[in-house]
Amino acid sequence: MAKKESTLKNMLIALMVITIVSGGVLGFVYGLTKPAIDQVEANKNLKAINEVLKSDVEIVSTETKDIDDLTYNLAYDAEGNFIGAAIKTYSKNGFGGKIELMVGMLANGIINKVSVLSQAETPGLGANMVNDKFKGQFDGKDPKTFTLKVKKDGGDVDAITAATISSRAVSEAIKKAADGFEANKDQFMKGGNNE
Amino acid sequence: MSNWKTFTKGLIKENPILVLLLGCCPTLATTTSAINGMSMGLATTFVLIMSNLVISLLKNFIPDKVRIPCFIVVIASFVTVVQLVMQAYVPDIYETLGLFIPLIVVNCIVLGRAEAFASKNPVWPSILDGAGMGLGFTFALTVLGSIREILGSGSLFNWRFLPEDANTILIFVLAPGAFIALGYLIAIVNRLKKTK
Repeated sequence: MAKKESTLKNMLIALMVITIVSGGVLGFVYGLTKPAIDQVEANKNLKAINEVLKSDVEIVSTETKDIDDLTYNLAYDAEGNFIGAAIKTYSKNGFGGKIELMVGMLANGIINKVSVLSQAETPGLGANMVNDKFKGQFDGKDPKTFTLKVKKDGGDVDAITAATISSRAVSEAIKKAADGFEANKDQFMKGGNNE
Repeated sequence: MSNWKTFTKGLIKENPILVLLLGCCPTLATTTSAINGMSMGLATTFVLIMSNLVISLLKNFIPDKVRIPCFIVVIASFVTVVQLVMQAYVPDIYETLGLFIPLIVVNCIVLGRAEAFASKNPVWPSILDGAGMGLGFTFALTVLGSIREILGSGSLFNWRFLPEDANTILIFVLAPGAFIALGYLIAIVNRLKKTK
């Protein structure tokens, strides 16, 4: 086949055919991968909820509430008693942008566990926030007595070496969750009669 | 040029990173660890092979004046395919590479090979050219990622040989370390090529 001349007709045909075929292929691949992508997202959320609310009491039902801009996943036991909430919180002040955390707060207002949902911090520095060495320090702490600020700012949080900005952002996100939980706790306690 | 030469020239002699210095943006940004560098390299290799294949097939169908938009559409489609597949099946790597996957579209290696090679050569050599260039890119990224991970994090392919709180040379996981490591790597390759 000889090379097509650059006439208007040929150019239009070439561009149109290529874009239409590309669009079709992409639509097909999108449909193919969509279920897997949704699954990955859902699993990540569910795994984080279970991880941060792990305790002796079995979670029987959960309920999701959006208050302000945080998402509260409320957990109840077999009798409908409130166990705690897995709160999806965030901070925009990370070194590499937005950091998303799942914070498990028990009914008595104590932080159970913290899990990192997404972060884009520097590997080897801020990204070390996913290690238990850093995020484990929040386990079992009461935000009323444990000030959620890095030590440099007069709080109780041990910052990651050379990653104060990331540590600050994590503290800020957890504080947001703890404050939100405290403010809405009474409402959560009553909401358990969904049997 | 024989097919074998077409394939091997991308590995060392015309290595896109170490010799041609093409595509330095993803090189410097994604090589914070060996596994990141390798994943980025392999994603780019796939795009290179597929876009070279398709562009070589279409070379007589595409009029000269609109060749660049046509190439870009073809390349962008394959990049989006890679992006969707990675998001679905390797979400962890997808998250670390993040923005740099869609940026393969404007990677000058991919467009460069389409323009300089695939649009002028038959299908089979074009595939080999894409594979050679892609593997050369992957090789350079993996080596650079390994160096930075060993020096900066004290691990290799996530296998830790130093304790977590050991004093490593942190600058190597940061941007300046990328430039320093790449500079030395290019110097070493140049020296080796001279002695040959």
